[in-house]
Formats: sequence, C-alpha cells, structure tokens
Amino acid sequence: MSKTLVGNHIRKLRFNYDEMTQLQLADKVGVTRQTIVALEKGNYSPSLELAFRIANAFNLPLEEVFFYGDNTKQ
Amino acid sequence: MTYQEKKSFVSLISTIIIFGAYCAYMYPQYPDGVQESTETFRFWGSFVLILTLVQIVAHIVNSIVFNIIFRITTGEKEPSFADEMDKIIELKSFRNSFFVFVLGFLLAMGPLVIEQPLQLMFVILIIFGFISDVTGSFTKLYHYRKGV
Repeated sequence: MSKTLVGNHIRKLRFNYDEMTQLQLADKVGVTRQTIVALEKGNYSPSLELAFRIANAFNLPLEEVFFYGDNTKQ
Repeated sequence: MTYQEKKSFVSLISTIIIFGAYCAYMYPQYPDGVQESTETFRFWGSFVLILTLVQIVAHIVNSIVFNIIFRITTGEKEPSFADEMDKIIELKSFRNSFFVFVLGFLLAMGPLVIEQPLQLMFVILIIFGFISDVTGSFTKLYHYRKGV
C-alpha cells in the first residue's frame, strides 16, 4: 500500500505540545492509538472531521497540521 | 505489533487451526458406501452446521483469552471501540471475504452443471468458506500493517 498524499506534522506538534503521548492525543480526538500511529507514519488519510478535531486539539488551523503532497518542496 | 495487528494475526492462525482440526476430526466419520445417499447429505449438512457453531464459540473464546493475555503481557487495556480507520478496514475485509465466498459459490455450481458428484459441490463450498474467512483476516492484518 503506497503512502497517502496527505501528510501531517502530528509527531512534531505532539512533541511541542508538552510531549503529548499518542494515547493522550487519541483520547482527546476520539480514536484509537493505532490510528494516530498510522497517521504519523503516513499510512492513513483521516476524514475531514478527524483532521479538524486533531487541529483543534493543538489549537491550530488545519493547514498547519496537515498538508497535501510533498511539503519539502514548499 | 499493535493490538489490532496481533488480534488479526491470532484470528488468522486460529481460523486455520480450527478448520484443520475440525476436518481431521470429521474425516473418519464420512459415511462409507453409496456416494449420494441420505446419510451422505446428512453428513455434509451437519459438517457445515457444526463447523459454524464451532467457529462462533471459538471466536468468542479466542477473543476473551486474547484480551486477557494482551492485558497481562502489555499492561495496556484493549481499545473499547472501533474508530473510523477500524471501520474502513472492517469494510475492506468484508468486501474481500464476500468476493471470495461468492466466487466459491459460483464455482460450486459447476459440478452440478457438468454432472459431477454432489459432494464436490459441498467440498468447494466449504473450502471457499474457509478461504474467505482467511482472506478476511489477512486483509485486516495487511491494512493494519501497511495502511489504508
């Protein structure tokens, strides 16, 4: 299975957000830890609703958490 | 390996073991003599029904034992709900499993058309039932490991 085109900065944001654990973020947004693991690895594109919930958990706009394609080109 | 990966793997292995053990248990009970007697049909009927019951019971026991062992060995609690990723994987697993079973069902009609023994139809149905079960578990394992 190829990696999804929707990337994210969740791992970095968790670290900056009082070193929040995957489980804490999962509980905060209402998913299992497995889903956060898959998101961080780029193995899963979240639904729009989940993407907004994650962005809200970090008090950031959606585009600062998620990006489309390879953001290293930006 | 995460909880879901382990669970899918255990489910895959237990499906194979249970089916193998059940076939080994039932094989000597196959009625001798006339191939298409009432006794033979009763055998195949009971084979499928008992296998279904055995698989349901085994699945429940397996789930309980797995959760207990998971809690003891990892100290973690198993997820109490299925989130959106779990549901997508479940749907993909069901789709693949169903596709294999329908394929088996259609193939099982073949022996009837070309006038082969009826038990061949039962054998094909049962084998494809087993393969569809394995396909479902394997699909889950694959998507939990490689992503959706």
